Amino acid sequence: MTMVTEKDINEQIAWAKINTDVLKSMENPRPAYWVTLAVCIAMVSTAVVAEYIQYTVGMGTANLNNPHMWDMYIAAFVFWIGMSHSGTLLSAILHLIHADWRKPIYRFAEAMTTFSLLTAGIFPMIHLGRVWNLYWVLPYVSDRGIWPNFRSPLVWDAFAITTYLTASMLFLFVGMIPDLAICRDNTTGWRKKLYGILALGWVGSDRQWRHFRKIYLLMACFLIPLAVSVHSIVSADFAMSIMPGWHITSFPPYFVAGALYSGCAAIITLFILLRYFFRFEDYMTLPIMEKTAKLTFAIAMVWTYLNLIEFASVWYGHDVYNKELLIAKATGAYAWIFWTMLFCGSVLPFALAFRKLRRHMPTMFVVSLFLNLGMFFERWMIVAPTLSMSQEPHQWDIMYGSIVEWAIVFGSFGWFGMLFLIFVKVFPSVSMYEVKEMVFHRKRSAGEEDLVRMTDHAKPVTQTTGGGSA
Amino acid sequence: MSKKRMMGLFGDFEEAHDAIADIRRNEVPGLTVDDVTMTSPIEHPEVEEVLGERPVHIQKFTLFGAIFGVVFGFIFLAAAQASFLVQPQGGKPVIALPSNIVLVYEMLIFFAVWLTFFAFIFLSGLLRKRSSLYSEKVSLDQVAIIVEIDESISESVKGLFEKHKVLEIREEAIR
Repeated sequence: MTMVTEKDINEQIAWAKINTDVLKSMENPRPAYWVTLAVCIAMVSTAVVAEYIQYTVGMGTANLNNPHMWDMYIAAFVFWIGMSHSGTLLSAILHLIHADWRKPIYRFAEAMTTFSLLTAGIFPMIHLGRVWNLYWVLPYVSDRGIWPNFRSPLVWDAFAITTYLTASMLFLFVGMIPDLAICRDNTTGWRKKLYGILALGWVGSDRQWRHFRKIYLLMACFLIPLAVSVHSIVSADFAMSIMPGWHITSFPPYFVAGALYSGCAAIITLFILLRYFFRFEDYMTLPIMEKTAKLTFAIAMVWTYLNLIEFASVWYGHDVYNKELLIAKATGAYAWIFWTMLFCGSVLPFALAFRKLRRHMPTMFVVSLFLNLGMFFERWMIVAPTLSMSQEPHQWDIMYGSIVEWAIVFGSFGWFGMLFLIFVKVFPSVSMYEVKEMVFHRKRSAGEEDLVRMTDHAKPVTQTTGGGSA
Repeated sequence: MSKKRMMGLFGDFEEAHDAIADIRRNEVPGLTVDDVTMTSPIEHPEVEEVLGERPVHIQKFTLFGAIFGVVFGFIFLAAAQASFLVQPQGGKPVIALPSNIVLVYEMLIFFAVWLTFFAFIFLSGLLRKRSSLYSEKVSLDQVAIIVEIDESISESVKGLFEKHKVLEIREEAIR
């Protein structure tokens, strides 16, 4: 019996149509695009007002005080760093293993990485309080004799995130050059000038393609270990301390899995939005959505496993502080967050196991949002309970964050959304040349398969009945 | 003898591939594949095969960047840490190797990636003025073969292109 598999993309799609569809998306999105952009700008405005209040009044307005010195802001920082992981990391991994279904969706995923990092980067500044002293963290010989402490994971963070941001932006930019040349050749006015500069004089010569192939491969090879190192280092912010609930050996893989998980969920959310905003039904197809959903499901199971491992190691470790903290997480003031996290992160992903649900865009949209809610709660559950219940009982305290803190965190989603939406309007969010490659190679291999099938039919069929030799 | 550049635009890769294969077989005396440049809307290793081995040296820059990142990174960190001597160390080493390994690893990647990027720009001939023979149809769906030839074999090259169903031929003089 032959099984008919649905194609990731229509191989008969004309190359001219690919150019037209993608270029049109940059001119003429659906009205929902503008509504979403307006909502994002409103969210950013709210955060700006909240930040102004915090800047003028002080960090007390964010309820940040001993023992909760870096509560929601560090949770949001970790969340955004995590969100950045899937874009570049998955793009690089799928590129190396020649999974060509990534081609229509990798561009926006890589952009997501860049803007998530830019969003994460503002949280240390916000959290500083004394923003005007930000330059103190720079490693230069100052007359105060102050140097960053290179033994601190926070400094490792700065190095790792700077490297990751730079490498991700270069990876995104390099991958866009051939498309920028297409834009340059097909637009007028300011767009033509902008794309003309950014395309760097790309003409698509064999020499350029050869070098392009090499740089893309090299950068993909570097980005995979880099992405893993970045989130491992972020986990070191916690794991290098001796606080209960943080000093755990499985933290680096747990953080990396959580990062991949939230990133994949965000890819699904943005996939559905872009598909609708820009009428990308021919490129962001249901089979590609299914593959992304399956990948997310697999990562969800890894994340669940690592959670269970963490609980088990704490439980059997018999460290009184760690054990009490684990019990408090499940039964104390933060229990509703804990159980919501587990429901969203470990139970809800089973929806992705059903084909019918994977192909239903509204369901997938809602599920992906809840998955990321679970992942935000995960970060909250890493930070808040430990600070609430550390080794000193006289310091125990419950903290949910003030309205100022929530407004800034809420605004970060608007900031990310605004940057992302502007990007996809100005730059092609579907890689035109890679979709052409995908169509070309699939069409060719389909043709070869047909040829093989025809040849097989032409051959005389020899049937062997019975088993074994005489 | 005056030289010129000639571009043939082809509708598909097969024809362009065959035209280059003919050039490789010396069907036009005085024209070799070394004189041929192909421009295409997508990466196409199959056609590049008939163009012959053309080296790519980006990886050498990557290696250099990585080594530079390690060396510079360590020296930079050690120099900075050495200035800590004025600060109390609490019995810890001034130059702490475990933490430096993490940072040097990041510097390795940082410089390797940047050097790779700059090497790509310079080695692939970007940031140059485009030739007047550039056709915008190449960014759509056509393949161009550009050859540098003597005036004397111009007609033979045109004949070769026409044999392979060329859609358009353009020429420019090389000054």
